[in-house]
This record gives sequence, C-alpha cells and structure tokens, in this order.
Amino acid sequence: MSKPRVAIFDFACCEGCQLQIVNLEEEILDLINVVDVVEWREAMSEQSHEFDIAIIEGSITRPEDEKRIEIIRSRCKIMIALGACATIGGVNKMKNKFDLEEVKHCVYGKDAHMPHLETGLTKAVHEVVDVDYKIHGCPIDRKEFASIIRALLLGKRPTVPDYPVCVECKAKENICRYEYNQICLGPIIRAGCGARCPSNGFRCFGCRGYVDTPNVEAAREVMDKYGLTVEDLRQKMVLFGCEQGPTV
Amino acid sequence: MSTNININVHHVTRIEGHGNIVVNAKDGKIEKCEWQVPEAPRFFEAMVRGRSFQDIQTIVSRICGICSITHSLASTKAVEDALGIEVSEQSDKLRILMHYSEQLQSHTLHVGYLVAPDLFNAPSVVPLVPKAPDAVKTIIRAHRVANNWSDLIAGRTTHPVTLIPGGLTKIPTEQQLRDLKKELEATVKDLVAICEVVHSVAGNLPKFERPTEYVSLKQTTPPTYTFYHGDITSNDCNGDGPVNIRNWQKVANEYVSPQSTAKWCKWHRDAYLVGALARFNNNAELLSPLGKKVAEMFGLKKGNTNPFMNSIAQLAEAAHVVETSIQMIDDLLTRGLKPETVKVSPRAGRGSGCVEAPRGILFHTYEFDKYGNCVYGNVCIPTNQNHANIQKDFEKFVPEFMHLGQDALRQGMEMLVRAYDPCVSCSTHFLNVEFV
Repeated sequence: MSKPRVAIFDFACCEGCQLQIVNLEEEILDLINVVDVVEWREAMSEQSHEFDIAIIEGSITRPEDEKRIEIIRSRCKIMIALGACATIGGVNKMKNKFDLEEVKHCVYGKDAHMPHLETGLTKAVHEVVDVDYKIHGCPIDRKEFASIIRALLLGKRPTVPDYPVCVECKAKENICRYEYNQICLGPIIRAGCGARCPSNGFRCFGCRGYVDTPNVEAAREVMDKYGLTVEDLRQKMVLFGCEQGPTV
Repeated sequence: MSTNININVHHVTRIEGHGNIVVNAKDGKIEKCEWQVPEAPRFFEAMVRGRSFQDIQTIVSRICGICSITHSLASTKAVEDALGIEVSEQSDKLRILMHYSEQLQSHTLHVGYLVAPDLFNAPSVVPLVPKAPDAVKTIIRAHRVANNWSDLIAGRTTHPVTLIPGGLTKIPTEQQLRDLKKELEATVKDLVAICEVVHSVAGNLPKFERPTEYVSLKQTTPPTYTFYHGDITSNDCNGDGPVNIRNWQKVANEYVSPQSTAKWCKWHRDAYLVGALARFNNNAELLSPLGKKVAEMFGLKKGNTNPFMNSIAQLAEAAHVVETSIQMIDDLLTRGLKPETVKVSPRAGRGSGCVEAPRGILFHTYEFDKYGNCVYGNVCIPTNQNHANIQKDFEKFVPEFMHLGQDALRQGMEMLVRAYDPCVSCSTHFLNVEFV
C-alpha cells in the first residue's frame, strides 16, 4: 500500500498548531516514515497539488480564502481542521462581535477602504466546506494530534472526548478554580487537554469549544453553589466561543 | 550570463507567515525588486478593546505561535506598567527563565529546521534525516529540552498559562528546577555539536555586507546581555539614547512607503535591523563565555554588517541563554523558592512593555479605564521593523548577485528573508496600511 499523501495549509492564525506538530520532536520521524508529507509551507519548500489528507490550520476570513479552501477540499479525500482557529474560529471570531467597518477603521484608519484589507466575518473551516475530523485546542495538544493521525492511518475513527474538562481536572485532583473566585469554563468545555490550564492555576477559557451537549443543569448547579449565574459563565465565552453553537 | 531576471516567489517557504519576493530585470536593468506581505489581517488591536486587563495576555499571545511567550511577557509588562503593579524578584527571575526557554526553542527551530536545509542545499529538513541522522537528532533533542523547559515554567510550550499581571499562577518545585538544570547542562554539549555542524557548511552563507542601524534593548544596571529589561539603543545613538521603552514610538517612527502595503520603520537612517544580530552588535561583550566562544568560532565580531550572520548570532545566544539559565537556577535554589499570592486591582492608566522576541525587539502599549477594561491597544512587532531593512538589503543584493543567474539569485533572496527569522503573521496584524 502506498503511503497516504499529507499536505498542511495555513489560513488566518498564529501557526502555533503547526508548531505543535514540529514539537512532536523524535516522534515526528516515525510519522514521516508512514506518511508522505507533500506540502508544508512553514517547514518545507516542497509543494504539491496531489494529496489524500489535507490538514487545515487557521480561520477563513476573506472571500479569496473561501475559494482557496474550496479548491483544497476538492483535491483531498480527508480534511482535518487543526486547532481552535480552524475548529471554532478561535480568537479571530472576537472580531465578529464588532461592526466590521469599525474594526477596519480602528486598525487601518483612513485606509480601511483599501480593497486588499477586505475582511469578512471570521468562519471556522466547517462553516465553509465539509470537515471530516477536528483536532481541538489553542494550541492543539501534540499527543492528541499524534493519536488521531495514528487512528486514521489504521483505518479507525479517532475518539475525541465528549465530556467536560472538569472530568479530567477532577481526575488530577486539582482544587476547583471556583474556590479561588475564578469563573472557569471547565463545566461546559470539551476535555482532551488534560485540564492543562486549571492544573497550572489558570481558569479554563474554552479553547477546545463546547462539548456536543453541554450539561446546562450541572453547570447551573456549580453556578448556584458559588452564587453565580449561567449568564456569568456565558460572559466568559467571549475569548474563544463567540457565536459558536450549541450555546448554553 | 543572463541579465533578464523574472523572479516571483509567491509565499516564501520555511518562514512563519506569508511573504512574496518579486524581481524583474531586463538587460541587467532592475525594473522591480520588492519584498511583499500578503498575510490575512486579524485585527487584534480592535479585538482587545473592552477586555479586562486580566485577559489581555491570553488574547495577544495568539498573535504568534512561535513567540507567544514573548508577546505574553510584553503585554503583561505593559498591563503592570499601566496599573502600577510591582513584581517580586523571584517572579521576575522565573519570567526571564521562561523567556529564555523560548529563545532556545525559537533559535533552534530557526537555525536547525529552517536555515540549515539551505546550507545543505536541501528543500527541507526531511531529506536530511537519512543523510545526517545524528545531526538532526541532536537538533531535535535541543528543541525538546527547550519545549520541556517552557512546559515547566510557562505551563505549556506555546501560549503560556502561568503568566498573569503581578506574577505567576504557579511556580516550579525546587526538584523540578534541579532536573531542568541537569537537562540544560547536557544541552551545552548538544549546542556545541550543532555549532560544529553549522560551522562545517557556514561557507555557504552568502558574503554580503550592508551597514545599517542595529536596534535592541540595552541594560546597564547591572550590565546584562538583555532580552527583558533595559532601554532602547542603537549603534547610531549619539546623545539621543538610550530611549525609555515608554517612548518606543520615537524609535519606530512608522512611515508609509509607496512600494509596500506594510508600514515601515526607521530611526536614524532609512531602515534598521532588529534581532539577534542587533542584540549582538549592541551587547556582544556581555555574552556568557560559551556565547562568546560560539561567536569567535564563526568569526562573528561586534559591528558585523552581514544579515546572514543573524543565524550565527542566534547560535551564540542559544549558548548564552542556556549557560545563563544554569546560573539563574543556582541563584533561585540558593535563595529557596517561596510561594507567592498575587493581588492586583484595576485602575485607569496607560502603560508599555518591551521585550526582545527571538526575532527582535517588540513593543506593546495599552490603556485601561478605571474598571481595568482596555480602551486602546498598540503593538509594534519585530518583523514589521525589519521589513524596510529587508527591502534595502534586496536593493543591494540583487545587483551584486544578479550575475549568478535567476535560480541562484532567487535562492539567495529566499535565504536572505529567512535569515531575518521573520514572523510575518505577527507583523501584519498591526500594519497601518496606507499609500501615498
């Protein structure tokens, strides 16, 4: 069997998720043995139009990028959205909370009307084309990336947790961030990160997006316990969760 | 020899972000020679408005995946300046240790993965794996140590979570610091090995000189090869420097170029350079012993004017940060780590933060209302400051190397862009694009 051809493309993002692939360190040498990386602009000069798996990093923010992602989709068999910008729009979606004309004016002043500064509403990749798999997080967890790719190469469907960060946080025996008077999004955000932020003393800010069916009642119980409301929780979704469904 | 040149590199590879090179020459006469930046703008300055001072570093670290620790540090320092927050000596040291982990990570990535393939005449590091497996594995090992180091102090390798206004959410244990010290001691040997590999092909670095202004931080009390504290200086400062970081706009002097969509920067001349070479040229005598030895090995001396030597200055800095960190860990362990609680309260104010990203000096300024909500943000990124200098290099490089023919010229220009270790996705998010 020939090796699957993999191409990595980046759109509006910080390219930090690609960096996590590099950060696999020695493990990347094993991956290179079982796949054929045909295009990866950040790391390689090689380029190709023929690939089986396209890995997409970044959000779609311009009409020309919508065209580019449609072309990539037409060329690949499997499309993977890599990281929060691609899976849920990431921080780029904060822009959608403002009037776009005003946003352009704020950054570009009197030249906001220049055609090449045209920006649309930020979209996650699946809002433009079909996406087969999502690798969540800002940035992605490199171990999760490796396990998902491994599953795909074995012809298996990768399993991505559909339970909240609180589950992993409790397993780590962390003291709840609410005990420190912080509003943590752990109750409604998809696990898989190993509760990395709360384990380091920082509240979960929701970079992996909601679980498929957030347990609103459980979240309400936590809020009641600490004298807060679900609205307080929703207010904290603004960093990564703007206009991302389903909503609490 | 052909004197007709038509180079159009759409999206230069092996750099962070998107940049184009366009050169047209007919009968030896250059008609067009441009460094262009088509990156999708992301509007961070607009997006931070209305956000709490406690969320700023979480948002703006996402400007760049490669220098996320640097962006977090610069923004946190700016918030602390605005809100009048003091940071303990222990937190300050741990932050510098965190910052050094990113310098090692980024420099190793740049020299080992992005620049080395050019020197070996390979399109990427992938074909080098079977050719030089030991060298590649040594580079990977140094890179892994740097990332584990960030993981320990910053909470993860990219987009730190432990950094908050006033200090850190979590500090390492003394045992963890002792383990890190052992890893760093082992890395010294690996860095020497990497330097030897690069040295064996350093003859492939183009011989190209163009004196320019070199801008970096400078710290005099105590004298330090600084990445984190100090004022802004340059080799052209003559009674008008060093400049306090709150006045960084006087240094950057962003201006509009008719041949670029990007705003450029200039201070005393038509362009300036930031990054490892600028830091080296301003502070070389303060490098650690091994850092000095690395520079010496490559014949890199203060006042160097070859931009390709930026990668070599990065190697010297990699040695410096590892050696210095070993010393800093000893200091921290001697004093003993003490748990700290951070208490901050909002107030109205404006503040600036400036640190050296691996690829050059970085400025952040924010203003907050009395509730601590952001009303204004302004950031000036190293690559933005280098754009004009890259263009000026192109204008000298093309006529000098045109006789080599189109392909060699194109490769030389791509190498030149890479030498700056550009971070284009950073630089465009804050461009004020104007045309005259």
